[in-house]
Amino acid sequence: MSEDHIYIVGAGHAGGELAFATRQQGYGGALTIVGEESHLPYQRPPLSKAYLKGECEATSLYLRQLAAYEKANINLLLSRRVERIERASKKLVFDDGREVTYSKLGLTTGGRARRMTINDAARAERTSNFHYLRNIDDVMAMRARFEAGQRLVVIGGGYIGLEVAASAIARGVKVTVLEALPRVLARVTAPQMSEFYEQVHRDAGVDVRTNVEVIALDFNAAGDAVTAVHCTGGVVIPVDFVVVGIGLLPNTELAQAAGLEVDNGIVVDEYAVTSDPDIVAAGDCTNHPSVFCGRRIRLESVPNAVEQARVAAASLAGKPKAYQSVPWFWSDQYDLKLQMTGLSQGYDQFILRGSMQNRSFAAFYLRQGQLIAVDAVNRAQEFMVAKRMVAACQSFDPVALADESVPLKTLAGAVQAAAPSA
Amino acid sequence: MTIRLNVVDRNGGEHEVATAPEGSLMETLRELDYGVSAICGGMCSCATCHVYIDPDWLAKLPERQSDEGELLAELQFRQDNSRLSCQIQLQQAYDGLRLTLAPEE
Repeated sequence: MSEDHIYIVGAGHAGGELAFATRQQGYGGALTIVGEESHLPYQRPPLSKAYLKGECEATSLYLRQLAAYEKANINLLLSRRVERIERASKKLVFDDGREVTYSKLGLTTGGRARRMTINDAARAERTSNFHYLRNIDDVMAMRARFEAGQRLVVIGGGYIGLEVAASAIARGVKVTVLEALPRVLARVTAPQMSEFYEQVHRDAGVDVRTNVEVIALDFNAAGDAVTAVHCTGGVVIPVDFVVVGIGLLPNTELAQAAGLEVDNGIVVDEYAVTSDPDIVAAGDCTNHPSVFCGRRIRLESVPNAVEQARVAAASLAGKPKAYQSVPWFWSDQYDLKLQMTGLSQGYDQFILRGSMQNRSFAAFYLRQGQLIAVDAVNRAQEFMVAKRMVAACQSFDPVALADESVPLKTLAGAVQAAAPSA
Repeated sequence: MTIRLNVVDRNGGEHEVATAPEGSLMETLRELDYGVSAICGGMCSCATCHVYIDPDWLAKLPERQSDEGELLAELQFRQDNSRLSCQIQLQQAYDGLRLTLAPEE
């Protein structure tokens, strides 16, 4: 056998973290990250916010600068694609036909923007003013259009769509958000939260339309630009540009073709190990068991990418530790700092603490009395407490949760000592 | 032009770190292999860039904003000299700044 060489396929947040965490675990052999983009691993969350608004440079998004990779002796193979994995011979085959042998493999392939499936979508994708948002290059291609008076239609009222809308409004763009479901953020939050965010966006000047599906697009004579969006109900909206944010598809094809188990994500165990013991996976692309949720989940989140990558690194180093983090997320829109912990699906009780009107509140989601998730808006301190409360998987008195005269901390008091330090 | 920071890692090891006096302290600390994880990337959302500022230096830094204070308030390893390094913009005057990385929560 040749010398050890760990390859990490996918140079996103999980891939970057996996490489450095593998070094921190004491691995001294060769280590290479392969990425399709030309960039060093970078943070994606600012793409729909500060970077879109032109407030920061691409290099400031990088998780670490090049010198850190050199110092840690981590090789970078960028603008390169892995065509296939040949597990029997432990080989990676690149797009240029070159082959390498891995001793262990990390898959951090992330996801890609879900594309529209209407007939006109393929044609629209060849124009210059129809955009998806996932990569730095996507934002580079659309950023110059964010100028005062330009008309933008955002297709999709999820977090990406709403963050793009907020960023666009800040630049004076005229924004319409189209959501096919009856409310924005429908898949991830309660109707009360959706209503709050719809109102916030409307107050900021966004034309938010729900229950509206896009059925066709108009093009200019040259066919190189979308000029209008046709919706159900006969509505036609003229546009200068379109941004589509309708979700993410996990990049699982490489794993699937290699015969790894795939089911809405690359299936891994609690140690981030795939169905091949020499291959780990981490981040948006994985379907993993959640101790907290009591079921398998796939998360699209930076904290998950980072924390699961560390678990994967421990497995690569032969020092397995189980992944047991509670999911958490954040979204910044306008002056609203939204921080979320837990997963609210399946809740049967919604408790509001504070005032939506004053833009400072926490929303508690309970299922059979047990606290399963909290959304906090402009309540950073209560969010930190809520993280511990949700992690404790306990029941809390709904009346006390809603009562602002009772500091949340006192309710959490009992779980504070018992909560794991992680 | 660079400034030097004196960084004490989580094992008590001392490091002199040369950096440009620009960007946030977090951006310098996340480059280090013993550095901070800074999960949220400087949005003041996660408190994973927590450091202890040497008491002699504490008063020389701008005061905490409310978000930072709120996040710090609930940390298990909070001390009076706790700061979130993403909220501290480096400048020439910080040459010699001494800090200790807080334990990960």
